[in-house]
Amino acid sequence: MNDMSRVERQVDTNKIKLECRDCQVYYGETHAIKDVNVDIEDKTVTAFIGPSGCGKSTFLRCLNRMNDTIDVARVKGSFKLDGEDIYDKRVDPVQLRAKVGMVFQKPNPFPKSIYDNVAYGPRIHGLARNKAELDEIVEKSLRRGAIWNEVKDRLDAPGTGLSGGQQQRLCIARAVATEPEVLLMDEPCSALDPIATAQVEELIDELRSRYSVVIVTHSMQQAARVSQKTAFFHLGNLVEFGETGQIFTNPEDPRTESYITGRIG
Amino acid sequence: MTDASMQENPEATPHPVSLTAPNERTRKRAKAERRFRAYGIAAVATGLFFLVVLFTSILSEGIPAFTRTVVSVEFTLTEQQREESEAELFKTKAYSNLFISALKTELDERGLNVEINEDAIERLLGKVGGTIRTFYSENPGKLGEPVEFDLAASSRVDGYFKGRVSRDTMQDSRFLEKSDLDLVDALKEAGVIKQAFNWPFITGADSGVDNPGGAGIGASVVGSFFMMLVVLGLSLPIGVAASIYLEEFAPQNRFTDLIEVNISNLAAVPSIVFGILGLAVFIQFMHLPQSAPLVGGLVLTLMTLPTIIISTRASLKAVPPSIRDAALGVGASKMQAVFHHVLPLAAPGILTGTIIGLAQALGETAPLLLIGMVGFVARGYPDGFLAGFTEPNSAMPAQIYTWASRADAAFYEKAWGGIIILLVFLLTMNIIAIILRRRFERRW
Repeated sequence: MNDMSRVERQVDTNKIKLECRDCQVYYGETHAIKDVNVDIEDKTVTAFIGPSGCGKSTFLRCLNRMNDTIDVARVKGSFKLDGEDIYDKRVDPVQLRAKVGMVFQKPNPFPKSIYDNVAYGPRIHGLARNKAELDEIVEKSLRRGAIWNEVKDRLDAPGTGLSGGQQQRLCIARAVATEPEVLLMDEPCSALDPIATAQVEELIDELRSRYSVVIVTHSMQQAARVSQKTAFFHLGNLVEFGETGQIFTNPEDPRTESYITGRIG
Repeated sequence: MTDASMQENPEATPHPVSLTAPNERTRKRAKAERRFRAYGIAAVATGLFFLVVLFTSILSEGIPAFTRTVVSVEFTLTEQQREESEAELFKTKAYSNLFISALKTELDERGLNVEINEDAIERLLGKVGGTIRTFYSENPGKLGEPVEFDLAASSRVDGYFKGRVSRDTMQDSRFLEKSDLDLVDALKEAGVIKQAFNWPFITGADSGVDNPGGAGIGASVVGSFFMMLVVLGLSLPIGVAASIYLEEFAPQNRFTDLIEVNISNLAAVPSIVFGILGLAVFIQFMHLPQSAPLVGGLVLTLMTLPTIIISTRASLKAVPPSIRDAALGVGASKMQAVFHHVLPLAAPGILTGTIIGLAQALGETAPLLLIGMVGFVARGYPDGFLAGFTEPNSAMPAQIYTWASRADAAFYEKAWGGIIILLVFLLTMNIIAIILRRRFERRW
């Protein structure tokens, strides 16, 4: 990430971070994502909502090429991060994933110490030249994950020993430790209780000042609370995409209205 | 079934009148459960019973192999006596006569008067003269000093002390005559003949068919050890690398399916098949040395690989996919994800599988018979570390098999003793594995 691209982005792409056009995903014979066009804006929370099996998680995993790990999945279309096609043959998915971080549905800290959990990403990407720098990155990331105060005295304790909500915030800290530009979150609160959910939501709102956040959620209230943009998926199609307020108060498509009012889904 | 019982008993209500009075169905169910528990306890008890029988028989038959009968005599040889003996035509005979007179004096001192003749001493103690002569030619400094000789009694005499040989059952032969037993009793009374720990059994090599007393398992323990080194050194890296590739990297297609089926089948192939394969490939085609632990190790590696691959793949599969996602999600490459996160989590399982595989290989006999590892190793230990792989040797199970098939009953006892050593070896391996597991698990 150099300054040149920053200038270019501001001029050319008009704050659009990730531009997706004519996206198709196939799982073997199944056509899971059909003709989806979405623009993810910078420093914005974009929520993907829709009933189970509608393809929102699948689409999210396309954005950092996590679908590459599934043999039968095929992805077509153009996904441009700052104008660069992320599915270009020359792109190394490893570099992409450092730029586009991900938080998963179930908190999945490594069975290592809290410190090592956060330090792992910076270590493999060579972001720190010495121990002091690494310490600094770990502290900064844990602060951004809003968990520093709870764990600062026991950084050597195993990450798996934390509570569910703390684990998820640790995972968020781990994801931001590699200085990503986009943060993908796949139902980050579905395994958490309401208090932990509220903490994570608050955190997402803070993260918005630095990153572009894409969140998949089953809870429409959550989408309404945390996001500025919302995309509604149904049966693999992107039905409606727009300002969150607009979607929830005055949806254009009857299917969106049915879903948010609870008649389908 | 419910319908049928309803018809038989039209009065039956779906629920019992009182919760404290169980109805017919509940009673039946409870009975069935009690029966099943009884079966389970019976099964466990039967298993334990056989285990106890196994261990008592191993220990009762095998422990005598660890003691031997020795005749300890204090003997002084002067410089002059030595020179005189060396001047004789039959040198060892001269030494033998000196020993017999020394023994006579010792017995006379204790007030025992028994007939000792040369032949009886040879039947009891073997070629005493040779032993003494060798000792003094190796330790000339001991001349003129009293030296305590611990001479191993022949296996028949040993058997007499262990109850294998008695006056009623034995027949006079070149090995032992009935009159010799009188001498033995006298020696025992004098405290000259006694039981001692059988170090030569643990450290020695195999002996000839008519010298069971000298047979030791040491050389074949070394053979087994070198074989296990070969097996561990080859099957662990190959097996783990193959499993990681198949489990994490290989595409799912017909070809990999075929490989998978074949690996599972290989685990069930009789070991003798691997033996004949080793004979054909390693010895006849590649001309590797016969009876060498290297070849034995290679054959056993072929046998162990499927076991290690199957258990390694199972433990890799057991690592939750969320860990892989987490590693990939922060930008680790696939290989980093596997080596930094998946493999350490799977390590205890891999270790267990490896130890099971090695234990199987350690006890395997059939393939070793085919590649000639039942060889009679009279020379004993290999000359060095590398020679340990290539010099002919035996392995513990093959050695035990050889002993068990020999005619002399004294070898039977050795076979049981060998099994105890084999089990101790196995136990040591398991303990090392447990310690390593602890180490691995303590990392987090």
